[in-house]
Amino acid sequence: MAEQKSASLFEVTTGELSVDDVVARVANPSIGALASFVGVARDHTDGRQVRYLEYEHYPGMAEEMLQQVGDEIRARWTTIEKVAIVHRVGRLEPGEISTVIALCAAHREEVFDALRYAINRLKEIVPIWKKEIWADGAEWKGEW
Amino acid sequence: MRVKIRLFGGPREILGKSELDRDVEAGLTAGRLVADLMEEYPVLESYAPVIKIAVNQRYADAETELREGDEIACIPPVAGG
Repeated sequence: MAEQKSASLFEVTTGELSVDDVVARVANPSIGALASFVGVARDHTDGRQVRYLEYEHYPGMAEEMLQQVGDEIRARWTTIEKVAIVHRVGRLEPGEISTVIALCAAHREEVFDALRYAINRLKEIVPIWKKEIWADGAEWKGEW
Repeated sequence: MRVKIRLFGGPREILGKSELDRDVEAGLTAGRLVADLMEEYPVLESYAPVIKIAVNQRYADAETELREGDEIACIPPVAGG
């Protein structure tokens, strides 16, 4: 059962992300539980200071794979009513939000497991790449 | 037949190109196309063992036979989140 296709539920954008905005995309009065995950650009990695991050994505496929993550969640946890995943790309300064995931259900039990699955799966299959820029170098991150 | 190769992340930056057009023989597999690319550009060698392949924006087996107009993407390890 495919989630309704909507750019607003599964989106890649260069604009600043707002948690409230993404939460509002799934919230409705019939649900009793809503969980959100917020990924933030970190200012250090392995002891190195990160100046900024550059994210890029594969337009089209990235949105499709975000939707696939949503579809997988709704297939595994039938009580999850709605999923939204929004990822930012382009240049991000430390402390800025890189991704927001929000999902909701009638009751609380499954939203936590589903949320963990969502971020883990995003990191596995969604074609988005991240370059860390340090004071003295830079590196494309990522491993399968 | 003509196919398009899309590059992202490290490989894109190393080659300074995000797209390559190739004339290939009918029946060529996606895996062979990417292996040939890695041979053509030895600077990409470190990516050879970790590249995944997408054909027309879907992950695909190396055995996938290509068709005219296909878009083949080299997907280095992803790092969203």
